[in-house]
Amino acid sequence: MIEFKLPSLGADMDRGKLLEWKVKPGEGVKRGQVVAVVDTSKAAVDVEIWQDGTMFEQLVPIGETVPVGTVIATLLQPGESSEQAASRKREAPAARPAPKPAAPAAAVAAPPPAPLAQRRPVSPAARRRAQELNIDIEKIAGTGPHGAVTVEDVEKGLARAAPAPMDRYAEMRKAIAAAMSRSKREIPHYYLSETIPMQRAAEWLARENEKRPVTERILMGAVQLKAVALALAKAPELNGFWLDGKFQAATGVHIGVAISIRQGGLIAPAIHDVDKKSLPELMRALSDLVSRARAGSLRSSEMSDPTITVTNLGEQGVEAVFGVIYPPQVALVGFGRLETRPWIESGALRAAPLVTASLSGDHRASDGIRGARFLAGLRERLQHPEEL
Amino acid sequence: MNETEIKTRVIAIIKSIAPEVEEGELRADRPLRDQIDLDSMDWLNVLVALHDKLHVDIPEADYGKLVTLDNLVGYLREKLAQRAA
Repeated sequence: MIEFKLPSLGADMDRGKLLEWKVKPGEGVKRGQVVAVVDTSKAAVDVEIWQDGTMFEQLVPIGETVPVGTVIATLLQPGESSEQAASRKREAPAARPAPKPAAPAAAVAAPPPAPLAQRRPVSPAARRRAQELNIDIEKIAGTGPHGAVTVEDVEKGLARAAPAPMDRYAEMRKAIAAAMSRSKREIPHYYLSETIPMQRAAEWLARENEKRPVTERILMGAVQLKAVALALAKAPELNGFWLDGKFQAATGVHIGVAISIRQGGLIAPAIHDVDKKSLPELMRALSDLVSRARAGSLRSSEMSDPTITVTNLGEQGVEAVFGVIYPPQVALVGFGRLETRPWIESGALRAAPLVTASLSGDHRASDGIRGARFLAGLRERLQHPEEL
Repeated sequence: MNETEIKTRVIAIIKSIAPEVEEGELRADRPLRDQIDLDSMDWLNVLVALHDKLHVDIPEADYGKLVTLDNLVGYLREKLAQRAA
């Protein structure tokens, strides 16, 4: 039997509310398939499964909020029968073990358990109504004689239990606050910056885009992402996670892209395998990710596995950005405004388009010299845009 | 398509990308990006929508001419007239 747990959806997300099951019991699932939709403080997230199987039992009802790591469903392995699974379940009656919160620094505590209800009078009509409405009568406060629970109490209880519209912005602010506080508390940041001449990249991109219809045009942001991904090949200690007191290098380059949400707030979901994508592929992925992030529709793997983050605040008109690392990542690359400024090359002063790239590094995982080499590599990559 | 029609279509496209825009507060003779939070991805989406809805392809080299709403509407009117001719 496969226990399907609510996956971690990033350091600033420690619980989720089940919005929808995408698969019914008895239906088969394939690795990578979306099986549920979960609401987090930042977005409605499509939760994927990473094993083939058949949906057996759904353990969390729609509307319930559970901590990350909770078993939300069980699935049959290929070849396993429901009888086998049922008998195994009888042997282990704790089908839904008390979940452990994944993040020890969780800022948002789970709601306290309801106090143990003493035996109280409950009118049969109230009990029936509670059954009809599928709510737990023990959680309803009684207002009748001797604290008896009445039909009216049950209906009021339902109104309270009904999912309140989430103030997404306030929730997101809270999540960002938790992750960024943890970052500044735990991560000894170092900061480096480098001015990068962008004439070659800008001219090359203008020529490329001249050939392309508007629907296939490439933004400089995609060019910068690709250059970062390729430069990381020579700086593996910037791409990965700080976990259990040591650095763990990531196997792929999954870049979290900081995307501002129009109504306020920020989200940094991943584009997977950026180093292996062609520029047109990367541009399509970026465009798709930005529109889905703003529409609040992301996948669990995009939320949980960025291996480094890139932020671009140049469009907001700043020259450089020194970002805060998103734990458990160990580095963040920032780009400022692309603008024409004085530049000296081969002893001659001229006007050239320049951009300031910065690196925030986790000093536990890497030293400044490695960071410096990474930025030099990034500059070099951007001088050969045709190779990106 | 006359200028008023073009303007209505352009504003509808901008609102689909930046829903917070209040039409009444948009000054057609002031730079769009001073009034609306449009990053390069949003701007590209405006151009893709113009391509889909009005079938006008705006080359990157012309971006510099399209600072205000009036600029954009005038540019589109010219392009559409050229095509009709």
